[in-house]
Amino acid sequence: MRNLILAALAFGICALLPFGDNGYWLGLGVTIAMFTTLATSWALFSGPTHYISLATAAFFGVGTYVTGLGIDTLPFWSLVGLAGLIGAVLAALVGLATLRLSGVYFVIFTLGLAELVRQVITWVQNNTGQKGLYVLTDLDEAGIYWWLLGLAAAVFLTGWLIGRSRLGFALRIIGDDETVAAHSGINTARAKILLFMVPGAVAAMTGAILAPRYVYIEPSLAFAPILSFQVVIMALLGGASRLWGPLVGVIPFTFLLETVSSNFPNQTTLVIGIAFLVIVYLLPNGFVGLLDRVLRRTKANEVQ
Amino acid sequence: MNRRPFLKLVSALTIAGALAANAASAETIRIGAVAPKTGPLAGGATVTQWPSIYLWVEQVNAAGGLTVDGEQMMIELIEYDDQTNPGETIKAVQRLATQDDAHFIIAPYGTGLNLAAAPLFDRYGYPQIAVSAITDQQAELAAKFPNMFFTLGTTTALAADVVKVLTDMRDAGQMGDKVAMVNVADAFGIELATAAKPLFEEAGFDIVYETSYPLGTQDLSPVIKGAAAAEPDAFVAWSYPPDTFGLTEQAMIENLDVKAFYTAVATPFPGYGARFGSAAEGVLGAGGVNPDSPAFMEYAAAHEAVTGAKPDYWASATTYASLEILGQSIEAVGLDREAVTAHLREATFDTILGPISFDENNSNADFWTVGQWQGGVFRGVASRGRDGTVPVILKDGWE
Repeated sequence: MRNLILAALAFGICALLPFGDNGYWLGLGVTIAMFTTLATSWALFSGPTHYISLATAAFFGVGTYVTGLGIDTLPFWSLVGLAGLIGAVLAALVGLATLRLSGVYFVIFTLGLAELVRQVITWVQNNTGQKGLYVLTDLDEAGIYWWLLGLAAAVFLTGWLIGRSRLGFALRIIGDDETVAAHSGINTARAKILLFMVPGAVAAMTGAILAPRYVYIEPSLAFAPILSFQVVIMALLGGASRLWGPLVGVIPFTFLLETVSSNFPNQTTLVIGIAFLVIVYLLPNGFVGLLDRVLRRTKANEVQ
Repeated sequence: MNRRPFLKLVSALTIAGALAANAASAETIRIGAVAPKTGPLAGGATVTQWPSIYLWVEQVNAAGGLTVDGEQMMIELIEYDDQTNPGETIKAVQRLATQDDAHFIIAPYGTGLNLAAAPLFDRYGYPQIAVSAITDQQAELAAKFPNMFFTLGTTTALAADVVKVLTDMRDAGQMGDKVAMVNVADAFGIELATAAKPLFEEAGFDIVYETSYPLGTQDLSPVIKGAAAAEPDAFVAWSYPPDTFGLTEQAMIENLDVKAFYTAVATPFPGYGARFGSAAEGVLGAGGVNPDSPAFMEYAAAHEAVTGAKPDYWASATTYASLEILGQSIEAVGLDREAVTAHLREATFDTILGPISFDENNSNADFWTVGQWQGGVFRGVASRGRDGTVPVILKDGWE
């Protein structure tokens, strides 16, 4: 209960950001809120199950298209809900098809999914003679920030509830040993599919919320595969084994990216690549792992 | 005894340094630029966008800077790579506006990235003279973002003038009315094909072959073979850079026998002429310039001397013209961004493309639409209101 109150307080403080700064810092705030939402929901599934999903860009792109196609006919809030629904259904379909697979097969399929969805959407656009999609709304940066913050809060709450539920317990057993889980009577496929729907829905809703920020929706920008990788790297930098783990990865990583792109305009991609290598080499278990190690060492010292 | 001259030297240097720093910061105009240096659009941006920016800054500074309120001010360029990612474009524009305190920001590259940046240009009051953002939505966008200006034309004009060029050829008895039309299944390719199809039908053309292919398709031989089997008089491809090259290559291999061969984006790139040499002769493409105008020749020579590369025969010159427009506005009304935007709406600017002014929808009504490789140079053969169009020649084989 105390944790819940503290978390609510933290969100309340974060929600005040647009009143403090309406420019640069708010822009960074949007980026942080976006990646926190994506990385935390990613870790809800991939943390306990150890399935690495690269499907974030696919769901995200679907969400931007839901807003792009519907903005002239439906209110914005309903589009966000609709995107979540479509994302969840898509995730369930993908889960049914692939979650019986494991390891590298699953990774490859999710990577291909963004490309698959993108090609399906362009195929439909091509055959219907669709013109460019423009999302012109009155939603400004502060509005987008609050939407994302609300979604992030919902993700944390969902994660907290799952962690306390039978589903969460089942998933931890699956993550430790899937065969044992199956033998103890857990319907492993059903559990995995249910949980996979969470990051699917959340990524689609994030895309739907961010579409007004991009104004013009085109496949190459909506389905950019780099997004999937960024989410994985941020979540791993923080640590996927705790609910708050991705958050401590997202914040330093956003500032790192910002520093690199403002100081090395001609070598941005190169420097980011090197940063990835250094992170993986020095922090294999993320900040959460580092913290655990430090805590263990202090405890060991105390015992001595 | 020995310390004094050293101290003197140090203090002299310190003072000189401080003076120099002061002088520099007081008299420079900070101009921001954000465009892809990496990612899918980097190929286009490093041919069209960046070199013209470097050239303009270099030339203005070599001439002693821009005259603002009777004072000469040098330009300081602050550049960022957006990695062809709209999120990065947004961050970079925000950084330029709030952290770097840029006086002006050069419009980004590409339709998607320009529009992602538009709300920020609007909020901070920066004029946005967009070049590589071709759209039919100019009126709507200018109403939403009153600081946004358009220079390179509309989707429909680009498609309509291709239809017009082919209609003229047919009416002159140079070819029949069978057209093969293909497009890349991606945003701009789809828009162009959608705009062109009814226009072709209206003009009495018979579309004997029609197909599309996904962006990034490596093997385009089925497209050309399918078109060849329909025996068209003209081949029109609403294509992107990689497939513009791929389709031309396949047409050479299949020896596609048509009187008119059109590929869209990247046909005016110098790399296209360099790669296909004499086989490019007679190929039609999107864009164009008047390569014989003294202003363009002077620009092309300077472009090559300063950046080591040739400009393309379309958007390069327009990018440079957009910077001339910005520079002339600053010299006319100073560093007040609101005044510059107002000036952009009212004045007529003398650029390397000829005079440019903006209409009530913030768009430039005079632009090039169709060009053709003739004698190793890509010449404009159709335009809206530009001088120097040359007659179209027939495509005569691939030798």
